[in-house]
Amino acid sequence: MTRALRLLRRRLVGSVFVLLIVIIGSFLLLEAAPGDAVDAYIVSTGGDAGMIELLRHRWGLDQSELTRLANYLWALLHLDLGQSVTFSRAIRDVILERLPTTLILMGSATALSFGLGSTLGVYAGARPGSFRDRFLSIGSLALYAVPGFWLGLVLIVIFAVDLRWLPVGGIETIASGKTGLARAADIATHLVLPVSALGFIYLALYLRMMRAGMAEAWRQDFVLAARARGLRQRRIVLAHVARNALLPLVTMLGLQSAQMLGGSVVIESVFAVPGLGRLAQEAVAGRDTPLLLGIILVSAVVVVVINLLVDLAYAVLDPRVGASEGSA
Amino acid sequence: MSRLCHFFRTPEAIAGASILALLVVVALAAPLLFSGDSQAIAGPALLPPFQDWSLPLGTDRLGRDVLAELFHGARTSLAVGLAAAAAALLIGSIIGTLAGFAGGLVDEVLMRITDAFQTVPSFLLALAFVSIVGPSLGVVVAAIALGAWTGPARVARAEVLSIRERDYVAGARVLGMHPLEIAFREVLPNVLPSVLALSSVIVAAAILTEAALSFLGLGDPNRVTWGGMIAEGRTVLRTAPFLSVVPGIALVLTVLGVYLAGEGVVESAAARRSLS
Repeated sequence: MTRALRLLRRRLVGSVFVLLIVIIGSFLLLEAAPGDAVDAYIVSTGGDAGMIELLRHRWGLDQSELTRLANYLWALLHLDLGQSVTFSRAIRDVILERLPTTLILMGSATALSFGLGSTLGVYAGARPGSFRDRFLSIGSLALYAVPGFWLGLVLIVIFAVDLRWLPVGGIETIASGKTGLARAADIATHLVLPVSALGFIYLALYLRMMRAGMAEAWRQDFVLAARARGLRQRRIVLAHVARNALLPLVTMLGLQSAQMLGGSVVIESVFAVPGLGRLAQEAVAGRDTPLLLGIILVSAVVVVVINLLVDLAYAVLDPRVGASEGSA
Repeated sequence: MSRLCHFFRTPEAIAGASILALLVVVALAAPLLFSGDSQAIAGPALLPPFQDWSLPLGTDRLGRDVLAELFHGARTSLAVGLAAAAAALLIGSIIGTLAGFAGGLVDEVLMRITDAFQTVPSFLLALAFVSIVGPSLGVVVAAIALGAWTGPARVARAEVLSIRERDYVAGARVLGMHPLEIAFREVLPNVLPSVLALSSVIVAAAILTEAALSFLGLGDPNRVTWGGMIAEGRTVLRTAPFLSVVPGIALVLTVLGVYLAGEGVVESAAARRSLS
């Protein structure tokens, strides 16, 4: 495990720099936005010019840009993201309240697209160039061309409006009083449509990657060796060809996490799921720039953490990763 | 000529090219066929499609001609998609070339910035940018490009790392050319082909991002967009689903056309390489 830990340490140092750049970038955006925290505060409470001066001074907004950046960093170091105007609460608390919903949505959608995509990819890649391979490749491309929010609306029309099988939106039945397993089942039925809308779009990515990796692996010598040993076709496909094509897909999981988070913004708005994405839209509607940038910072942290986990998983799966760093 | 023959060998490439050609015709013909204001009221509200042949796709909630809106929407989608992709490819190749050619600290800083842009979900970034600066066509293009330049930058950098060791670069150095001149006049043109190979994916993503932004009400309010049409139709989703479905189909066909044409280009390039 020391190999994986060493890798983790090196990645952590890189991540800190990346997050620092994200923070500086969001500070610049905050500065570029019209109005500041005091303006927003005065709008909601009212006050005269003297009070504005006093507040600007007290909140350190009359100081130089560098000092303000330092103050911003100092606050972030204490996990203080500032105050939301639209919610009149600490931004950190509002975000933490919404984050789990988005993580569940993202996680389920990723599981769906990865699971189904790689399975279909194995099916297509088992015989490259066959009819089913061509059909699945073109079909997945067509799916990849579908805007997620539109797929969501179409699913609503079919399954919620026409067939009435599933709820139109929301995360659970309001005031149903359900607890425990009944509540979990209720949330699950509410999640079926949003997870499908988000997951089906990215399915194509894993399918095509798996298929391409397998097409490549068929040409390798170990396939010939496996054939020469008289292994069954099924075993060659699963244990030799597909297995070798699987690793790049794991990397893709990490790279794709930022896209998934971005995609969930629109999906959450279509299905009225009270997650981080819907919060971002509420922040836009309420012109709450600090809240919006808080969401961006938190999603950057989420993406960094997911990528660290993926790197760790990769190191565990592939003994070659990080092995050469031992002597260095 | 042989290049075109190669391109039109697969049915996918032919389908993609036909869709794109049709789209360009539609976008160019929109102001000729539907002169006047596409947002003007043309008939009774919520007329279903295929009922009245002067309004073949019916009318929306306010009685506007859906077909005219669809044609004008094609203009916005294509313009934004192409402009954002061009900007992203340009910024990406310049930053990638600089990073790869300069190396050292410049490379390190530029690549960490690239990492940072890849860490922030590009759609959230676009959302924040448009909401802070204010929605207009140029801002939407910039917002999309802001999240799309990282891929081209990485490809360009990787390509530069192999090109900068070639003889003609060494030759340019001996001639006493300024490093920036070598980077942009000798190296960058040779990097472009592999960066341009990304263009179909980037154009497609840009069109989808624009649609999502205008669906959330962050598009240019003075222009018809397919995303905006879907959002409009959403309010009457139960009674008139076609208002959301029709522009969505247009979007799917457009993006699919871009993908298929892109695959055709890649495949024909591969076929030519294997021949030579």
